[in-house]
Amino acid sequence: MNKNNSKMLTADEASKIVASSVIRRRKKDARLKTYGRIAIGLAVSFLIFLFVSIFSKGIPGFFQYYVTLDVYLDRDRLDPKGDLSPESLYNGDARSIVLESLYKVINPKGRKEKKAAKKIISSNADVRISKMVLDNSKILGKTISITFAVDDDIDSFLRGYIKRETPSSERRINDTVIKFVDKLSAENRISYKFSDYILTGSASRSPEIAGIKGAFIGSMLTLAVCFIIAFPLGVATAVYLEEFAPKNRITEIIEVNINNLAAVPSVVFGILGLAIFIGVFGMPRSIPLLGGMVLALMTLPTIIISSRAAIRAVPPSIKDAAYGIGASKLQTIFHHVLPLAMPGMLTGTIIGMAQALGETAPLLMIGMVAFIVDIPGGVTDPGTVLPVQIFMWADFAERMFIQKTSSAIIVLLVFLIFMNAAAVILRKKLERRW
Amino acid sequence: MNEYTLLILLLLISLLWFYFGNKTALSLKNKQLKLNSLPHYYGIYVALYSIIPSLFSYLLILVFDGILFSNLIMEFVPKEILNSPDFNKIIVLAQIDNAVRGIYFGEQPDWVTIASNQMIEWNNQSLIVNFFCSISLALGIGYLGFKNIHQEFRSRNSVEKIIISLLGLSSIIAILTTIGIVFSVIFESLRFFAIIPASEFLFGLTWNPQFEGAERAGSGQEGLASYGSVPLFVGTFLISLIALCVSVPIGLFSAVYLSEYANKKERSIFKPLLEILAGIPTVVYGFFAALTVAPLMRNGGSLIGLDVASESALAAGFVMGIMIIPFISSLSDDVINAVPQSLRDAGYGLGSTKNEVITNVIIPAALPGIIASIILAVSRAIGETMIVVMAAGLAANLSFNPLDAVTTVTAQIVTILVGDQEFESAKTLSAFALALTLIVITLILNFYALHVVKKYREQYE
Repeated sequence: MNKNNSKMLTADEASKIVASSVIRRRKKDARLKTYGRIAIGLAVSFLIFLFVSIFSKGIPGFFQYYVTLDVYLDRDRLDPKGDLSPESLYNGDARSIVLESLYKVINPKGRKEKKAAKKIISSNADVRISKMVLDNSKILGKTISITFAVDDDIDSFLRGYIKRETPSSERRINDTVIKFVDKLSAENRISYKFSDYILTGSASRSPEIAGIKGAFIGSMLTLAVCFIIAFPLGVATAVYLEEFAPKNRITEIIEVNINNLAAVPSVVFGILGLAIFIGVFGMPRSIPLLGGMVLALMTLPTIIISSRAAIRAVPPSIKDAAYGIGASKLQTIFHHVLPLAMPGMLTGTIIGMAQALGETAPLLMIGMVAFIVDIPGGVTDPGTVLPVQIFMWADFAERMFIQKTSSAIIVLLVFLIFMNAAAVILRKKLERRW
Repeated sequence: MNEYTLLILLLLISLLWFYFGNKTALSLKNKQLKLNSLPHYYGIYVALYSIIPSLFSYLLILVFDGILFSNLIMEFVPKEILNSPDFNKIIVLAQIDNAVRGIYFGEQPDWVTIASNQMIEWNNQSLIVNFFCSISLALGIGYLGFKNIHQEFRSRNSVEKIIISLLGLSSIIAILTTIGIVFSVIFESLRFFAIIPASEFLFGLTWNPQFEGAERAGSGQEGLASYGSVPLFVGTFLISLIALCVSVPIGLFSAVYLSEYANKKERSIFKPLLEILAGIPTVVYGFFAALTVAPLMRNGGSLIGLDVASESALAAGFVMGIMIIPFISSLSDDVINAVPQSLRDAGYGLGSTKNEVITNVIIPAALPGIIASIILAVSRAIGETMIVVMAAGLAANLSFNPLDAVTTVTAQIVTILVGDQEFESAKTLSAFALALTLIVITLILNFYALHVVKKYREQYE
């Protein structure tokens, strides 16, 4: 085109050149549009791929296989002391009672087959019986049919992850076990139903009885501590910086500080917790109180920044009206500005809490990664949180843990979606336009 | 009685003072005297007077008795344990702490039982001391405040002064946090650099802290730990680069499409969809990378004859790229939208197509903002931890090959600091040195990004 500039063109020639270039230019335009569509398509398909891959593994994780057995609950053997105390039941013979009722169905011959049969039922079966007896002692001395979780390897076999065709030496379960499982399913004793353990069990090395209750409660406790610390502090800081802080160097330093803190990688807050809270103040590790404090420091900048924006959005006319009828500055702020800014501040806080709920790295460093079976009863009991539980389960080798991990992820995602939706609704519903 | 009941007691006392203050003010009012402030301000004044000093002393004793006792208890640890080479204060304290809580594993040595009994006694004593101190402060200073009440007393002004200073105090927490971070990192890093020269840390080519224990046991030259951080930074750089290769084109094209081509409906659907990607916890991405993407890449690689490591930089970088798409797309979208409509209209008025307006007008105008968004994404990628811990592995290979397993700064920090560790060893201290470099790098990136944005904003004013 540049060449043409130098000589004069007739109108016809010029419009010819333009007409021929227009097609090219429009094509180019369409191409950019297509690139944009492809980019969005890719991003969305990644998202879908992620969700599909997690949900396809996670939904089956909420279910598991059970075997139903007719168990004769022998009073003397289950409760040797006869006082129905937990210790007495613990010393009882529940495990072999369960095994005997299993042997009755599958008739194992010899020691080797009995050993194989033992592998079918989860090691948790005796606890289940003890619990049933504790709940209702009237069942003692009767024969009732009880469902027990099958061992994780059997579960994987029934799901088809462990294949029958694989040579016996490479399988985790041998032919005898498979023979027994076939026998049980032929008698309709194997069932597939919603897991009793995933939502109500606590951490365990046996995947068939592992659940997220402990981690879930730990998450809630941690989040509660985080909220109790971060929300008042964040709002107070925002009010101070917006309304009272003199415009001087110290204020400036605080503001730069807050912006910097928002940019610090989360793992650094874990180091802070480790070096200051544990190292200097001697706080115990692994407790939700400590986790909540670390996460509070992490979410504080988010809350401060959004609260300041919310306070700034309250029109000055409202403040002037309050001043006009004789309110003091603090009265104006507490009676008028804060209530009007509250939706915005809460939205920011919920988003900050959602971040805190999904955060893993800093909590790993303050010891919340410990293997804790007990469900924490308070903020000073050792515990773990949902994302850390996911991290730990993802490391375990058992096939069934992959499904359980995905199930835990689904629970976590549901909560995050719930929180974010709450933030969006809150913003839509309470948002005012002046 | 425990700490919680004491806390509730303190709150009850201040509530009581509120009641008395309020009542006195009301009775003054009933005598037809004109009060300076509303009656409840008198109540709040007395309550604040009672709760603030008592809560302060309560927290002070609660925090510092633990520190004091953990030092005093060392008297009870036998000399041969204190002087033994593998003496570890944290483990000893944990041992005593477990005994205090009644958690036993087998037989306890005698000194642990004695020390834990002493600890329990001290704890009880400190609780009693705390009880008397806080309660007497709550009652005493509350009474002083109560005596201040008279008709002319300007209680509202005093209450407001107290509240404003409390607000000011809370804004200092942000500074304290920064100071805490800086000090915790710098002190430990200095101790690390006293053991390992900074030049070795910054320019060394092998990273192998795992032999720390072996070195101590005297296994000779073979097991010498080395702390050259170059492989970690190369790994971080490599993974971030892969992440950018994924996220920059997708993020930028999405932003351009959403702000220039998409209609309102498309925008309202796809913008939130992209932002979901930023809300997914990183541990979920890590799981996805390790269990779905990495095997896919491994299988795909072996199909075309490439040997992909099962924990490859490619898988981790790819998933991290997905994660940071919304950082780039949202921020770029904002800056593209901030380009004045008049510039676009001028372009269209000259007969340009949309493409030409975008490439010749909008992108150049928005470039500083776009660059800032990319810088922020880089800083995010460098600080990202869980994806690399779960998917990139821990082998510190000095490699630029994306198909190899590499490790990153954050992944090493986490692996070194997870679990029980000795504060004295070079291995633990090295994590603090790594954290220091990490903080410095991310802060520089963020300052630079802010600087670029600031410069850009001034253009259209």
